[in-house]
Amino acid sequence: MTAAAAFFYLFAGITIASGFMVIASRNPIASVLFLILAFVNAAGLFVLMGAEFLAMILIVVYVGAVAVLFLFVVMMLDVDFAELRQGFQQYLPVGALIGAIFLVEILLVVGSWTLDPGLVQAPLGNVAAGENLTNTVVLGRVLYTEYVYFFQLAGLILLVAMIGAIVLTLRDRPGVKRQNINVQNARTQGAAVENRKVPSRQGVEV
Amino acid sequence: MPTVQTVLPSLTPLLPELVLAVGVMVLILYGSFRGERSVEGVNVGALLLLLLALFLVMSQPAGTKVTTLSGAFVQDAFSKVMKSLVLLGSAATILLSRDYFQRAKIDRFEFPILIVLCTIGMMVMVSANDLIALYLGLELQSLAAYVIAAFHRDDLKSTEAGLKYFVLGALSSGMLLYGASLIYGFTGTVSFPGIVSALHEDAGFGIVLGIVFVAAGVSFKMSAVPFHMWTPDVYEGSPTPVTAFFASAPKMAAVAMTVRVFIGALPDVTAIWQQIFVFVAIASMTLGSFAAIGQRNIKRLLAYSSIGNIGYALIGLAAGSEEGIRGVVIYMIIYLAMTLGAFAILLSMRRRNEMFETIEDLSGLSRTHPWLAFCLAMMMFSLAGVPPLAGFFGKFYVFAAAIKAGLVTLAVIGVVTSVVGAYYYLRVVKIMYFDEAKAPYEAMAPGLRIVLFLSSVVVILFWLLPAPLVGAAGAAAKSLF
Repeated sequence: MTAAAAFFYLFAGITIASGFMVIASRNPIASVLFLILAFVNAAGLFVLMGAEFLAMILIVVYVGAVAVLFLFVVMMLDVDFAELRQGFQQYLPVGALIGAIFLVEILLVVGSWTLDPGLVQAPLGNVAAGENLTNTVVLGRVLYTEYVYFFQLAGLILLVAMIGAIVLTLRDRPGVKRQNINVQNARTQGAAVENRKVPSRQGVEV
Repeated sequence: MPTVQTVLPSLTPLLPELVLAVGVMVLILYGSFRGERSVEGVNVGALLLLLLALFLVMSQPAGTKVTTLSGAFVQDAFSKVMKSLVLLGSAATILLSRDYFQRAKIDRFEFPILIVLCTIGMMVMVSANDLIALYLGLELQSLAAYVIAAFHRDDLKSTEAGLKYFVLGALSSGMLLYGASLIYGFTGTVSFPGIVSALHEDAGFGIVLGIVFVAAGVSFKMSAVPFHMWTPDVYEGSPTPVTAFFASAPKMAAVAMTVRVFIGALPDVTAIWQQIFVFVAIASMTLGSFAAIGQRNIKRLLAYSSIGNIGYALIGLAAGSEEGIRGVVIYMIIYLAMTLGAFAILLSMRRRNEMFETIEDLSGLSRTHPWLAFCLAMMMFSLAGVPPLAGFFGKFYVFAAAIKAGLVTLAVIGVVTSVVGAYYYLRVVKIMYFDEAKAPYEAMAPGLRIVLFLSSVVVILFWLLPAPLVGAAGAAAKSLF
């Protein structure tokens, strides 16, 4: 057994095990953490297949953004997971049926799907024949040259999303105490400290 | 180290979009540094940017067709006319919005910025020459539109409008994207010229399915029946200047995008999509005229009116000919003028900071505001299609094209529904001229006056000098065939 095969079984085993733990774990926070573990191991599987760009994207997008969003939602919303779990037994047959259908479909697709041999040889973007480049380099070459227009447009869309989120949620709340560093720095000893004579057995009024 | 040879693509055709994109970023910086004090400056800046872009678009050469950026962007006479309309609609929105937003106390500098960003999206849609550019432009436009629909976020109706628009819009974007992916899958290319050469008369079932989904997606964006359900609610709930915007500029862009996809990319399979648009046109015209009869709110009335008007414009597309597209372009020019004029009047119905928007509030307007009543009456006569006002010519050109293309039934149904539609347009005129007068409204804001004046001139005096507009529309249609 080669090292690659060993790593494959390691990553695949952990992915499946943590996938199971996502639905089996009692604590929703633990579920999300197991989900992250599953993502990271799936990224490892991608690296083994030579798809290093997909692996990094999986980490950045799914672990960095989606899973953290899940964590936020789980922590901020008061979802009663015990209640959600009610009727698990009742819906089990339907769930198992849908799962079985998916499994059969995936098996059919994997079993009958072939890649056009012409596609493998097809030139990709600006890569000359015989050049040995990683996926990331090849993608970068077309993304910033041929598809620069789409790239910039996508950037504008993200800008709109950001402005939109600020417009719809940012509001001035009256009566909130905020830190003002200028005011803090401008405070002198005279304004902050007061010396008082304390008469014996009487104390001072605060 | 291997060297990669790249040549910077020609950016001259893209100049108006670049000016808007760079300008809007300057405005964002200015707005975020100066805070709420910058509202006036950002509004003026956005207006000037849009007018500058309008000037740049107008001065582009019309005769030639230029593609750039790996063929994703096309500039021709059609894009020139439609972009001018989009920019006029956006500029008019900023003029219409000033007074309303100040009084509603939602006067924030993000509004003009979102309008400009939305305009960039619409211009990308108009100039799209491949499916990716089309989708990105559409998303840029829609995303900004969802936000401004909910701009009055403390108002329940406005937030409801934003949410409704967002959910249904996301669904329709998904349908469009699914259709686009099917077309890509069955032709192997996303570029419109590539699709033209990959398709022939006997397109397979996958292509048909893709065309149906794309048609559903664009129908939603144009608010054509059966994908119109969002229109009345969103129009009613959004702040009125935003409604004016939705009814003007994005409609232009959506129609231009539809023409680009179906005439530009799928001209050889006209038989497949013609039946779709015949059905959509008939359904839109019928629903637009019958459902508007019972409406009391003017914004809802104008929503149904815009559904009906899209139906008439689609007659020209269904014809699929050069005359048909010329009719569509003329129709959109005139529709823009009528809509903006009607909204300028609606926005001036105000008494002591209270807006009025039902038809009954117009009663006796001819005695309190004779000029306003006259202008609105002209808009209504024009929307009903009474000669010699502009609306008549808009309908005339599309009906003529339909008859020439052999779609006589469609043209006849169009005439019948426009007679039905005349009922509710003329009812507004009757209420203004023959009903009991109410207390007068406040004086119009200067921005409203400018928009109302310009659109009234176009609507009332179109018959005196139709040649420039008809000529431009003719050149636009010619550049597509």
